[in-house]
Amino acid sequence: MTIQFNDPDRPNSYIGKTVPRPNATKLVQGRGRYVDDIALPRMLHVAFARSPVAHAKIGEIDLDEAKAVKGVLRVFTGKDLAEVCTPWVAVLAHLKGLKSPPEHPLAVDRACWVGEPVVAVVATTRAAAEEAASLVMVDYEDLPAVTDTMTALDKDTPVIHPELGDNLAFRRLHEEGDVEGAMAQAHKVVSARFRTARHTGVTLEPRSILVDWNPAEGQMTAYHATQAPHMMQTVFAKHLDIPESRVRVICGDVGGSYGIKVHVYPDEVATAAIAKMMGRPIKFIADRLESYSTDIHARDHEIEAKIAVDKDGKILAIDVDDWTGIGPYSVYPRTSAIEGNQVVNLCGGPYDFANYRAQTTVVFQNKTPTCQYRAVGHPIAVAITEGLVDMAAAELGMDPVEIRRRNMYADDAYPVTSPAKMRFEGLSHHASMDKLIGMMDYDALRADQEDARKRGKYRGIGIASFIELTNPSPFMYGIGGARISAQDGCTVRMDPDGSVVALSGVTEQGQGTEAMLSQIVAEGVGVNPSQVRIVTGDTQVTPYGGGTWASRGAGIGGEAALQAARALRDSILEVAGAMLQADASTLDIRSGQVVDGDSGEERMPLEELGRIVYFRGDTLPKDLPRELVQTRHFITMEYPFAFTNGVQASYLEVDTDTGVVTLLNHWCVEDCGRVINPQLVDEQIRGGIVQGLGGALYEEIHYDAYGQLLNGSMADYLVPMAAEMPDMQIGHVETPTGESELGAKGAGEAGTAGAPAAVMNAINDALRPLGAQVTEMPFTPERILRALGKIED
Amino acid sequence: MTEMFRDKVDVALTVNGEPVEARVPAGQHMIDFLRLDLGLTGAHASCEHGVCGACTIRVDGVSVRGCLMLAAQADGAEVWTVEGLTDTAAITDLQDAFVARNALQCGFCTPGMLVAAEELLSAGGTPSRAEIREHLSGNYCRCTGYEAIVDAVESVAKARAGKGDA
Amino acid sequence: MKASAAGYARAENLRHAIEMLVASEGEGRVLAGGQSLVAAMNMRLSAGDLLVDISRLNELSGVSQEGDTVRIGALTRHAQVGADPIVRARVPLLAAAVAHIAHAAIRNRGTIGGALAHADPAAEFPACALALGAEIHVEGPEGDRSIPAEDFFEDVFTTALEEDEILTALSVPAAETGEVQLIEEVARRSGDYALAGLCLVRRAKGHRVALFSVGPKPILATGAMTALDAGDVDGAVAALTSEIDPPSDTQASAAYRRHLAGVLLRRAVARLEGDRT
Repeated sequence: MTIQFNDPDRPNSYIGKTVPRPNATKLVQGRGRYVDDIALPRMLHVAFARSPVAHAKIGEIDLDEAKAVKGVLRVFTGKDLAEVCTPWVAVLAHLKGLKSPPEHPLAVDRACWVGEPVVAVVATTRAAAEEAASLVMVDYEDLPAVTDTMTALDKDTPVIHPELGDNLAFRRLHEEGDVEGAMAQAHKVVSARFRTARHTGVTLEPRSILVDWNPAEGQMTAYHATQAPHMMQTVFAKHLDIPESRVRVICGDVGGSYGIKVHVYPDEVATAAIAKMMGRPIKFIADRLESYSTDIHARDHEIEAKIAVDKDGKILAIDVDDWTGIGPYSVYPRTSAIEGNQVVNLCGGPYDFANYRAQTTVVFQNKTPTCQYRAVGHPIAVAITEGLVDMAAAELGMDPVEIRRRNMYADDAYPVTSPAKMRFEGLSHHASMDKLIGMMDYDALRADQEDARKRGKYRGIGIASFIELTNPSPFMYGIGGARISAQDGCTVRMDPDGSVVALSGVTEQGQGTEAMLSQIVAEGVGVNPSQVRIVTGDTQVTPYGGGTWASRGAGIGGEAALQAARALRDSILEVAGAMLQADASTLDIRSGQVVDGDSGEERMPLEELGRIVYFRGDTLPKDLPRELVQTRHFITMEYPFAFTNGVQASYLEVDTDTGVVTLLNHWCVEDCGRVINPQLVDEQIRGGIVQGLGGALYEEIHYDAYGQLLNGSMADYLVPMAAEMPDMQIGHVETPTGESELGAKGAGEAGTAGAPAAVMNAINDALRPLGAQVTEMPFTPERILRALGKIED
Repeated sequence: MTEMFRDKVDVALTVNGEPVEARVPAGQHMIDFLRLDLGLTGAHASCEHGVCGACTIRVDGVSVRGCLMLAAQADGAEVWTVEGLTDTAAITDLQDAFVARNALQCGFCTPGMLVAAEELLSAGGTPSRAEIREHLSGNYCRCTGYEAIVDAVESVAKARAGKGDA
Repeated sequence: MKASAAGYARAENLRHAIEMLVASEGEGRVLAGGQSLVAAMNMRLSAGDLLVDISRLNELSGVSQEGDTVRIGALTRHAQVGADPIVRARVPLLAAAVAHIAHAAIRNRGTIGGALAHADPAAEFPACALALGAEIHVEGPEGDRSIPAEDFFEDVFTTALEEDEILTALSVPAAETGEVQLIEEVARRSGDYALAGLCLVRRAKGHRVALFSVGPKPILATGAMTALDAGDVDGAVAALTSEIDPPSDTQASAAYRRHLAGVLLRRAVARLEGDRT
């Protein structure tokens, strides 16, 4: 029996409805249990002495003063930990040529970025550990620091890792068609240089881990704020030489992730190694100041790009030269080449054109390592593409909506393969654009803009279409050799009281995973969502899975839950059929009752069925299967990724005296396939948009030429706050994927993908009458005034 | 002469309506005292330099950054955290509105956000959305994008104003 | 991070506080609202201090008017300054400045005396004191003295306060009839330190202009004041931009700040004109 999703009156119709999150109430009552809320007997705290310089040989280490601090129990150097923990190398076989040196939990001979952990201090309190860490004396012999991306490969630039030969981590060139020919024959060619700033995630809960090694059981338990518990289980087991089955990773409440908490961090592995060495629980909670220099950074790209159009605005070719600096190590195990690779994969994404060339050059430098962060590569690719399209439209005197309509893949064109060789199963660019234009009342907004201009106010409208990669298959990581699961599992069982428990390999970081799963399981089995308990984030308990990243929770984890729930329903009905002497196919389960499928007449509550199965199984036929527990795993097979699409618009005002941008309104129409919980999807989109707005207006990690981090505090690294953010109008088009019964694709990153480009285009729309244009993010007041030529140095 | 100064300080205060006596380290801030000594883990330590607002608690009737007040300064103070405000049902409508509107995702900012929002609401009247945004402008939320939070606070303000009229 | 303080003592009265400062032999730090000091301690920018907590000294809190002078106790919290009826009526600049200072929870606890003594060049209150021609009252082991705001602020986080003195109050001339007091600033986000800010006071005697976040201390723009007195706004902007030497940091360059100062002056003057009509 397939679910008639289009029928809102179907029984148990929880999928598609706004259902409250089961775990929200505890969080508003302050009853969440984040890692730092956990205290274990004999627990100790670790703090790290970190490199204050970007690149240096580590000489003498003097630990005497540190050891003398009251409360300090042990101090570990890189050499100490290297004895129990093997180093890792973050490469993937399918990213040809990607190289990276071995990385240790604590630097052994050399420190390669400001913030790299060098010495670990273990004490009875965090305060004592910090005090002691500040007294660790390391003799750093300065080495030249490589900080500029664009000159990292120059002959006279020092090579950070001489054994690798040069500072090139990865380069990929993709060519399709004849770009040179198309450019030569084009009506117009527009080129621009784009810059996206180095960002970091600023999860409100810092990175957190508490590791307990029980030598008596040979078991390690890590309470970890992570997106991928099973991946971390593998990592700890492999590098600390523990059988995988003897590592348990428990992930309770997590205070925000956004990709930051899906990576292997040296200080976290060090914490696990120390726990194993000391046989006591060790807690590491990153301090905010060390978060800025040690949480992964992202999006530090410089791009030269060109677009060629004919006189009707048809895109003939796009040419992209992308450069990014990733720090001294590729980050384990996902690698730091993925973001640049995504830029190559995603540029030009919404558009039907023939000639495409894109190259990404990924270089080492002495800064904090970069890796995957919400909407990996998308904000960059969308800014390049949509920036170029707007510039081409302006050059042609064409409306920015019109030029997009002339180039977007027709909604009935699918499946298609893009010039970047991405395969699209089904997208809805035109329907989404039509809906957006209606929602924002585009013509009225243009009239308002003109009216404002007459009053000397510079307002602008910016549009950004985008595609978004979700539901990745093993083609993302597994094919390259990483033990990162693209499949996910769910076990659903019915307990004697008729309630249902679902254990899932995907995890909750606040996006509403558990609500989404409870709705699916409730509908799949036929009970109220309140009758479903969801268990996630415990590798000893849940089926094996990849966790929550790349917007895969609903599409992959949700489908596994649906299939498991449907299987449990069948098992229950088989028992019910025997008990009621009815053909199971005539029965259904609705709101926790076995009912007659046609009439809806109640035949038996599930708790009665549970009572018989669990306590009076003797009354059932001997050969009757009575497995009221079912597990299903799901993996996508047809497409490497489930692409989604959408379009955003920004309306804003630029103060041309101060350069300050005021956001007036923001719209997003997106298509994530089947919407399971409209409210949760909308709030994912809104939160994602604001994260994107941060990149557009505020967020930028600054380094000096020596690799010193200049703005590593919350007072200096600006994130969006409530007062400046706009209200946002969200709309949907639903094109379910045919890969699953559920039809859900991901929704977590679309907002972040499109928002920066929409803001950039809106600012440039506002500034166009003044002959100014900005392409370097964030669009600070100063950058805008400089573009306007109003600042004299 | 430094015997005038103590590196451990005796304090007596009330926390969530209950008397508390403790000896605290001179440099310990309120939020560590509440979390580590009293087990009140509702309010969170996040930036510990007064910017993020995750540690916002109520002290002597007003919202305060828990990380910018020393526990030693709390002698005689009346302190409320989300746990106490929950137990006394002082902010039930606000909490319900946060859940109904999904005005929280990861929930890490939420206890501080609630204390900040309640301060505005308890001033009475029906603040505009801009006033709500301004009052919450010192409380960082990375998940929601703030709109749902503003919606939830606005709905409670309107509901409370409605009740006042009736 | 976790602060490390060498010691803490609660002052019973002003004399007691001063005695402790004297006894601490330079290691003492006055703790009032703590909104800057505790943050600095938590960031380990300040460690090993002997803290003299004066926050309970009620005699240092509150606003009063004596004749044409408004006296504001050092421990008056920002939120109280902003809400005080005397301040709102007679020193509207201070009330207006409060809205720009950080966020509600900070304003509930931060004190005006603390803000003046901390002397952050990006803070509003020091520039307000300068624009208003305030007197700053301090008390030390030898007794009390008053320091004109123009002599009080010396450099980044540096004032004329001796290390065993405590700032007790500031007094400002109450606004005369027709006096206008304005504050203009541009910050990246609400409550952030200003990229540049400006206070403008117009009295019968003439204009006073003070800027913040454009140098190592709040700056009285005397050239701009003279030009404004002569009715020359362009001249005032020109004078202003030449009498400041703003810093560059990750938020803005000196050139941007200099430009902004001129914009703020024009905006403040436009508001003055608006006020006149």
